[in-house]
Parts: sequence; C-alpha cells; structure tokens
Amino acid sequence: MLVHGEIWTIKEQFVYPNEFIYWSIQIVMYPFITGLLAGAFILASLYHFLGIKELKEVSKFSLILSFALFFVAPIPLLLHLQLPFRGINVFLTPHFTSAISAFGLIYAAYGTVVAAEIWFIYRRYFVEMARSLRDKTDKRFSEKIKYIIFSVLTLGAYDVSVDALRKDEKAVKILAAVGIPTAFLLHGYAGFIFGSVKANALWMSPLMPFIFIMSAVVSGIALCMLTYIAVMEINKFLIKRKRTASLPFRSEKEIRRVEIYELRVTVKYLLMFMVVAITLEFFDLIFRGYTGVKSWEVLKNVIYERDFFNIFILQYGIGGVLPMFILLLPGLTVKRSVVGLILVLLGIFMMRWNVVIGGQMFSVTFDGYMHYKFPIIPHDYETFKEGLFGAILVGVMPFFLFWIFNKIAPVFDSQVKKT
Amino acid sequence: MNNSRREFLKDTVKAILLAGLPLSAFEVFKPEVFAATILKGNKGKQWAFVVDITKCVGCGMCVKACKLENEVPYDTTVSRTWIERYVVLKDGKVLTDSPMAGRDGYLKDDPQGQKIPKEDIARGFFVPKLCNLCRKSTCVQVCPVGASHYTPEGIVLVDREWCIGCGYCIMACPYGTRFFHPVYKTAEKCNICYHRITKGMNPACVDACTFGVRKHGDINDPNSEVRKIVLTERVSVLKDEYGTMPTTFYIGLDHTVR
Repeated sequence: MLVHGEIWTIKEQFVYPNEFIYWSIQIVMYPFITGLLAGAFILASLYHFLGIKELKEVSKFSLILSFALFFVAPIPLLLHLQLPFRGINVFLTPHFTSAISAFGLIYAAYGTVVAAEIWFIYRRYFVEMARSLRDKTDKRFSEKIKYIIFSVLTLGAYDVSVDALRKDEKAVKILAAVGIPTAFLLHGYAGFIFGSVKANALWMSPLMPFIFIMSAVVSGIALCMLTYIAVMEINKFLIKRKRTASLPFRSEKEIRRVEIYELRVTVKYLLMFMVVAITLEFFDLIFRGYTGVKSWEVLKNVIYERDFFNIFILQYGIGGVLPMFILLLPGLTVKRSVVGLILVLLGIFMMRWNVVIGGQMFSVTFDGYMHYKFPIIPHDYETFKEGLFGAILVGVMPFFLFWIFNKIAPVFDSQVKKT
Repeated sequence: MNNSRREFLKDTVKAILLAGLPLSAFEVFKPEVFAATILKGNKGKQWAFVVDITKCVGCGMCVKACKLENEVPYDTTVSRTWIERYVVLKDGKVLTDSPMAGRDGYLKDDPQGQKIPKEDIARGFFVPKLCNLCRKSTCVQVCPVGASHYTPEGIVLVDREWCIGCGYCIMACPYGTRFFHPVYKTAEKCNICYHRITKGMNPACVDACTFGVRKHGDINDPNSEVRKIVLTERVSVLKDEYGTMPTTFYIGLDHTVR
C-alpha cells in the first residue's frame, strides 16, 4: 500500500520514515496564481489610485484578469487537499493560530474589494446596456438573457448623472487604495504560510512575505502584458481578415501604435519590481550563508549542488537576468517583449517551484535528501490532480474565465464607446 | 408587506447571525462533551514519556505492536513510532537508517545498505522515536480547522472526522512524527495510545518492549516513575531549539542523534 507522496518521492541517505514530499505541484501553482492575481490588481491600481495615465488602457484589462484569477486561486489548494470536500471546514471552524485559517477572511475581503471596484468602473456601461436592451422591441432569446444579466448587474442604481458618475470615480479611487494593501496581504500571507514553518530551514525567513509580494507584482505585470499582446494580436489578425464589424480598433496601424506604447510604459514598472525582488532574494541567501547556522550545511548542498540548475540557471539566469536584458535594451519590439515576458513568468514559476519543492528536497534530519519525480502521465486520481494535467487545468482556467468576463465587462474603452 | 425597512433590516441581521452559527456550537449538548466540561477528572495530569536509549536492542517489537494496535497498515513505510539505527564510524562519519520504520528489527550489518567492516565501526546504537509530546506543539498551532487539539492531559489528538488533509501539521512537525493515514487520508500521529492510557493501561509499545526501554506516566504525580527519572537522572530532549517544549525525555542521548 502506497502512502501519499511515496509515488513521487525518492529518498537518499537518512530521511525519517514518515517524511515524503507532501506538498507537490498544486502548492507550487497556488502562490503562482495568487501572485499573478495580486500583481495584476496592483498594476490596475497604479492607474486608478496613483493616476499614472499611461496605464489607462491596461488598467481595466488587468483588473478583469485579476478577477478571473481570483476564482481560480483556491482551486489548487482544494486539489492538493487529501479530502477536498472538507475544504469548507476552514470557513466553519477557523483555528486562528494557523496561517491557513486566515485564508477565508483575506480571500473574501480581497474579492469584495475587486468586485466592488469593477462594479463602480462598469456601472455606467451596465446601465446603458440595460436601458438600450430594455427599449428594444422584439428581443431575441440571447438578448433577453443579456437584459436580465445587465439589469441585475446595475443593482437597481440607474442614476448616471454627472454627479453620480463623479461619485463612482471617487469610490473607485478609494477602493483601489484599499485594494493595494489587501492584495499585498493576500499574497504576503501566502509567503507567511511558508515563512512561518519553523521546522523547514529553507522556508523560515521573515523576508519570505516580502519576497513573495515583489515577485507577485513582477509576475502579475508580465501576465497582463502577455495577455494584452495576445488580445491585440488576435485583433490585428481579425482586421486582416476584414471581419472588422465587431472590433474595437479601426486599423492595424492603430493597434500597433497603442500596443507598443503600452508595452514600453508597463515594462518600466515590471523591471523596477524585478530588481527589488531579486535583491531581496539575494539578501536572504547571503544572510543564510553568512550566519551559517546548523541547517546551512544541508541547505548549501541543496542550493549550490542538487538544485543548482533550477535555481541559478532557470530561475535567476534564464528567468531573471536574460529577460532583464531583453526588455532593457533600447528599441523594444512586440516579438522581443513576448520572449522576455514568457521568460519572466518562467523565472517566477521556478521561484515558486524552488521554494515549495526545494524546501522539501532535504530531510528535517539535515542528514538526507528527497528527490521529486514530477508525475506527468496520470495513472490514478492522485497523479492526475497532483501532476502535469492538474497543473495545466489550473493554468488554463483563468483565461477561460477572462474570456467569459470580457463578454460582460469589456476590457477595452473603444469597445465600450461603440456600444 | 407591512414590514418597515427598519424591521426588514433587523430580521436580515438576525437571519445572518443565525445562519452563521455553526452546528459545532451545539456540540456542548452531547453527553460526553457535557460530562467532560463538568467532571474535570483529568485536570492537573500531564502525560510524559521516557526512552532509555542505553537499553534498546532494535528488535522492532514496539513498532509491530503499535502498527497492529493503531491500525496503521502493516506493510507501509510510515509508522507512529519507529526505531533508528546509528552506526558511527572511526573516521567520524555517521550512517543512520530506519528501513520499514525498524519494524523487522536489524538483523543484518548493513547500515544504509552498505557493507561496513567491523573494525571500522566505533560505536552503534538504536533510538526509538515517537511523538515528542510537546507542550507548545507546532502541529496544533498550524492546524487551520482545529482538528489537531490538546487533551486536558497534554496529548495531541487528531479528529479524523474534521481533518481536511492539508498537510500543514506534517510540514510543521520538526520531528517527522506525522503522516497521512493511507486509508483515512487524514493526518496521523502517535498519541501514546490515548485510548489505552485513559483506561489505566500501558501504551502498546510499552507493553511490547521486553527491555524496559519505554516508560510513560504522569509527570505531575510525585510517585510516578517518569517523574522520578526526570528529576534525578540526566535526561535530554530532541531538538529543543525549536522551542516546542517536548515532554518525551531521553536517557543516554548522543549528539549524533537527529
């Protein structure tokens, strides 16, 4: 009979009989997804709260993307549970000395803020849609459904006078301001879950929440930019095929101009946060090496030898320094930024991987090692949900939701104006 | 409707409060829970454990007894208690292992599967491990749903009906005593046979040990053997740097023990 974790754990030297790699790919996906959602929200807030006008076009886009990611964030947690149907217990009897118990509260708070912000931004659009559909005689079935959806979304507030809209704007600003610390909390708390495990020498660090937050912003911005490019390219392609009727942009030239401008502005913020993230991580590493407590011997072995490729080649090299050069060199093009951004996301994913899996690569005996054999082809329920396919499922979900949300709350200004 | 807005809001608040009241709030009406709150019979008791390493021969009887008593599947590598073998070589290297949790004893001279010539060995010994009965246990601290909890006598139990299987407690225990039960899928740990000791019996491992390695008792009872040993002999605990305040004490602990 196999114990949970036994199937993908290979032990070396002295490891306690009960030790296995218990936290696998879904726990890698969890901070990756929450990082993306927190980062996307912060990017949106840079415009709404700080008033950085250049980010106007991306701000709605990233807010909706963040909302889509919000619904996916608890999925990896549920999938990693041994008894997923009991997940609700965390809300029923939260045990407040545990970091995980705060999840319900922080998650709900964040969701409320984002939903409210989106509502205030889109309220006018909802009202206009509901009114125009109401006035329409002989509605088709799909239009009837649409009318119901939009009139529910207005929540009965049909006042779109200049005064009311000004109040909306004020509300958005306040919500964005409240949202920034909430987003930091949501992800900083994910860092705290790891940083507070005193039994794990690699995780235990007061810097962990800050490292997580900074890398979250980096990954969130990168994902927003990538999705933005993808959407723009699809638009370009559709214009070429002359199916312009349903498109927010008039010409290919216009798209290219808007796209590259937004990219060049956003990439500055990306690089800024990236420098902070990498600095913090190196500070943590230097501090561990310098103080050299008991666990350093085994950590040194993991960081510089066993996990060297994952940490220094994939995370810092290909996923850190290389994209920095790609994005920093003058004359940034769309193709170059796509390559750079994918590498940034790879780097952040590897960071999550190296924290979660890397933290379980050594035994608490400090005298043995564990190797993770990532399940690719599933042969039972467990290797499916905690394997490649489970991870892909979680990775695809947000984009599916984004596609649906975009139908209700369009992310491009020009899309809104046309209606 | 002749309800005013104020009344409607009042009723809404009431409904939310009532709906928010979890069923577990009514737990106190269960006879056993009610009895436990009134009869504080076990108050003041603090179970502790003493392991005398100098007497252990690594026969594995305690592990066998534990697995059978507590229904931990026999042919799995996981176990609530286990025995480690330490072989210290003359060059200072330490070879440690615990195949199948030491269930079958150590009949071959093959630490970590290596053939070591007898003349290279400086010393060797066995260390039985179990729950360290921490007074400030990390496993209870990190349980998000309160499934891991203390009994009044300081034993940590896991509620199999409520554990969600997140594994946070397994990650948080510095002693590696926790694992997922292969059948119930919930966190599993040694509780020094709580179902036996509360009826005045010994834990299964204590009864199975022929050599008197394992002892348990109430450390607050002036007449208990455990208290006498802890007060008069030189005992130590494992990994006290984690601040968990263990009450499983060891006699003859070596610095190489992990």
